[in-house]
Amino acid sequence: MTQGVLSEVELALPMVPEMEIEASKIATGIAESIRMSPDRIDEVRMAVVEACINALEHSGASDRKVFVTFQVLGERDPEKLRIMVHDNGVGFAPEVLEEPTIEGKLKAARKRGWGLKIIKGLMDEVEIRSGVEGTTVVMSKMR
Amino acid sequence: MTESLNVTVDRRQGLAVIYTEGYINNQGGEEIAKVSYELLDEGYKVLLLNLAGTKIVNSIGISILIEIIEKMIEINGKLGFCCLTPTIEKTFHIMGLAQYAPIFGDEAAAVAQLQAA
Repeated sequence: MTQGVLSEVELALPMVPEMEIEASKIATGIAESIRMSPDRIDEVRMAVVEACINALEHSGASDRKVFVTFQVLGERDPEKLRIMVHDNGVGFAPEVLEEPTIEGKLKAARKRGWGLKIIKGLMDEVEIRSGVEGTTVVMSKMR
Repeated sequence: MTESLNVTVDRRQGLAVIYTEGYINNQGGEEIAKVSYELLDEGYKVLLLNLAGTKIVNSIGISILIEIIEKMIEINGKLGFCCLTPTIEKTFHIMGLAQYAPIFGDEAAAVAQLQAA
């Protein structure tokens, strides 16, 4: 058997300050509902914050919205939480992004640019889909 | 709803402890930086950031903490962190902050180590 979508929640959030906190609260509630461990929930929460901030800061989306889809996956019981954070922005080429390092950032005028590295470090699976129709960060965490 | 940050300071012999309560985002990071630079102006070269009251941070806020680390390196000072949630500690390790600003489990151990250094 393959994992199917057991339940799904969709959010459309305006790009306003701290909308990432609202998305993280929904993530927390869904992760708690599938009995994910508190430390793993906290990691999901932080990853959602980072993905929403990336959309807010870098998407250039004219509709000024972030769309977040939460899917609980499993055969019969919940096994995995998949979260898709989408914007209708200008897109980017993830493969040309240089991975930040602390040594480089300490010397650089711009200290920012850590979001994707943090998301990849906290989640079990991360995929970036980006093009002219915007960017979607697809990230998953096993229960 | 706004998740603001409250910052308080405990000035001790040769070291100042900065306590945070709330979300460390860009505004929160700026508030910590302001307090830190005031302490440097007062002559404190050893700072401890106690994050027991902070359950969530974002990378913009942490980027401002990197500016403080850079400043501490410039003046040959020391910055340490203590009482982090497991996720914040993991994030600091992912970013490599722990190489330049030690992370301690509790405040007593942090103060002892930073004062001895």
